Amino acid sequence: MTEDLRQDTLYQLDHVSKSYTRGKERVDIFTDLTMQIGRGEFIAIMGPSGSGKTTILNLLGGIDRPSAGEIAFKGQRIDNLGQGKLATWRAHNVGFIFQFYNLMPTLTAIENVELPLLLLKMSGKERRRRAETALDIVGIADRAGHKPRQLSGGQQQRVAIARAIVADPAVLMCDEPTGDLDRESANSVLETLQLLNTELGKTIVMVTHDPAAASFAKKELHLDKGRFVEREALA
Amino acid sequence: MNRATLVRKSLFRKKVRAILLILSIAIAFFIFGALGAFYKAFNSGVEVAAADRLVTVNKINFTVTMPLAYQARVAQVEGVRNVSHASWFGGYYQEPQNFVQTFAVDPETYLIAYDELTLPPEQREAFLTDRTCLAAGRALANQYGWSLGDRIPLLSNIWQQQDGSSAWDFTICAIFDADDDAVPTNYAIFHYDYFNETLAFNRDQLGWLIVSTTDPALNAEVSQAIDALFANSPAETETTTEAAFTQAFLEQIGNIGLILTSVIGAAFATILMIVGTTMVLAVDERTKEIAVMKTLGFTAPSIFAMTLGEVFLLSLLGGLIGLGLAWTLVSLAAESLAGFIPGLGISLDIALIALALMVGLALLTGLLPAMRAMNVQISTALGKL
Ligand SMILES: Nc1ncnc2c1ncn2[C@@H]1O[C@H](COP(=O)(O)OP(=O)(O)OP(=O)(O)O)[C@@H](O)[C@H]1O
Ligand SMILES: [Mg+2]
Repeated sequence: MTEDLRQDTLYQLDHVSKSYTRGKERVDIFTDLTMQIGRGEFIAIMGPSGSGKTTILNLLGGIDRPSAGEIAFKGQRIDNLGQGKLATWRAHNVGFIFQFYNLMPTLTAIENVELPLLLLKMSGKERRRRAETALDIVGIADRAGHKPRQLSGGQQQRVAIARAIVADPAVLMCDEPTGDLDRESANSVLETLQLLNTELGKTIVMVTHDPAAASFAKKELHLDKGRFVEREALA
Repeated sequence: MNRATLVRKSLFRKKVRAILLILSIAIAFFIFGALGAFYKAFNSGVEVAAADRLVTVNKINFTVTMPLAYQARVAQVEGVRNVSHASWFGGYYQEPQNFVQTFAVDPETYLIAYDELTLPPEQREAFLTDRTCLAAGRALANQYGWSLGDRIPLLSNIWQQQDGSSAWDFTICAIFDADDDAVPTNYAIFHYDYFNETLAFNRDQLGWLIVSTTDPALNAEVSQAIDALFANSPAETETTTEAAFTQAFLEQIGNIGLILTSVIGAAFATILMIVGTTMVLAVDERTKEIAVMKTLGFTAPSIFAMTLGEVFLLSLLGGLIGLGLAWTLVSLAAESLAGFIPGLGISLDIALIALALMVGLALLTGLLPAMRAMNVQISTALGKL
């Protein structure tokens, strides 16, 4: 497997299986999945509901651990880390973007963006400065003092993107990031993601149901019955 | 922003709810502080009671008098060093609300019995010889601004003179202190003879005897001997230690300790349930947010700590506000009640117990929600990522 640990490989999955037990019944989501994700990729994962899209994001994002097999990130295994270590690993390496934004309602936009930085060692001033920069990058610096409920869906998702990138992670996990947005807001969020990918080199894994959204990615993977079918994006 | 900001903001996410919680906690601690201060002040008499002092009262009730001749008879009992007596005068100064705790006493033996009272030799002499002298305690004199030589009429709400008047005239000829701050000096004493001779009714009766033994070890024996002396007489006696007598005196007012404990206990049981359930609900309604925080990389222990911190903040805010209110009330009351209840105040030990209660309350009501918060599963709480 050494040849797979090339400099441009971000994730290496080897014989990964994931199954859930529902009562007495065992449900296999993946069996023996082997794949790589390279640095700088922008992958759209599509597939029917219940096919395991969120499950693979959870495995890649270090929220869940595989039932069998190995997952390595930058050559280091993450599948055998304990809960605490995994949490710290997430704080340093992964940004998460959710369908329903999931901002803290009690915090202002900039405080929401500062939140992940509480887990890194830096001064309050530095946190504020970084959060301002992140808000600037996603083009919503003028709403820094607003609470989430004072923002539109598209604006909230921008704040969420700022929160995802503020700790400068290598990879962004996006689960239907435009699922709750109108076409126009969706496109502008997707353009932002594209920008983060091309200009800042962020690796992005995005789950979506929407072919138009998927077309913003460099690569589309179709998940069906535990298997990925690759298709180079037309766009 | 830092973690403390996070804790504060999540406590006040619903302002009305947070304020009501703080208020309910504040009320409980207000009750604790105020009642605790009164209880402590009432009980200080028990704490300063001398070990070798016995008090003999009428067996029926300590408010019922007994013959003056008892003093001489008790003095004969083996193991008795000194016998004094006192009678309740029930005085007030000018207005009925200006209550003055006053006792008609046998001066010489009284100062022997209460040797913790101190006064200059010339004032002691004046008190012993001057029949209309009123010896006022320092706290009482300060309260009414009395000084030596002042002529003070005191009115009794119990007794009457032969001429129908209920006012007795006194001159302040002595002001006594105590060698220990805990000993109250909020009362006045005067000659029993002056009182007895002028009484319209119930003459040659005394309120209670104060018996000093030669050795505290003899207390039980002496008590029995005294009570045996008057068994089967019209005025049977009951002799107890001064500490027990003071306690009984307090119980006459009501079993204060039990009432206080019940009231405070009920208040705390109530807030325990209110705060406990509210915090569990508060955590449950934000499982999604907790799941997001965990996703971002907050560990289970840090979620636990922040949730517990929130309950600590709540408990301390409420507790300190309540204690502050109690302190304000007690300080105000202490001034106007100085004559009646000396040493009224929120003492350090009350404050420390309150602090311990705040911590206990926070732990009891915070541990469950903190565990629930800590155990939130990301994938189940978020459903979709
Ligand atoms: N914690 C769990 N316990 C048991 N079964 C689970 C659990 N999480 C997911 N599943 C099951 O695993 C399968 C894949 O779920 P997943 O959420 O990954 O699907 P998905 O592709 O994201 O679907 P959707 O498009 O609806 O979001 C589903 O059948 C789901 O019911
Ligand atoms: Mg999903």
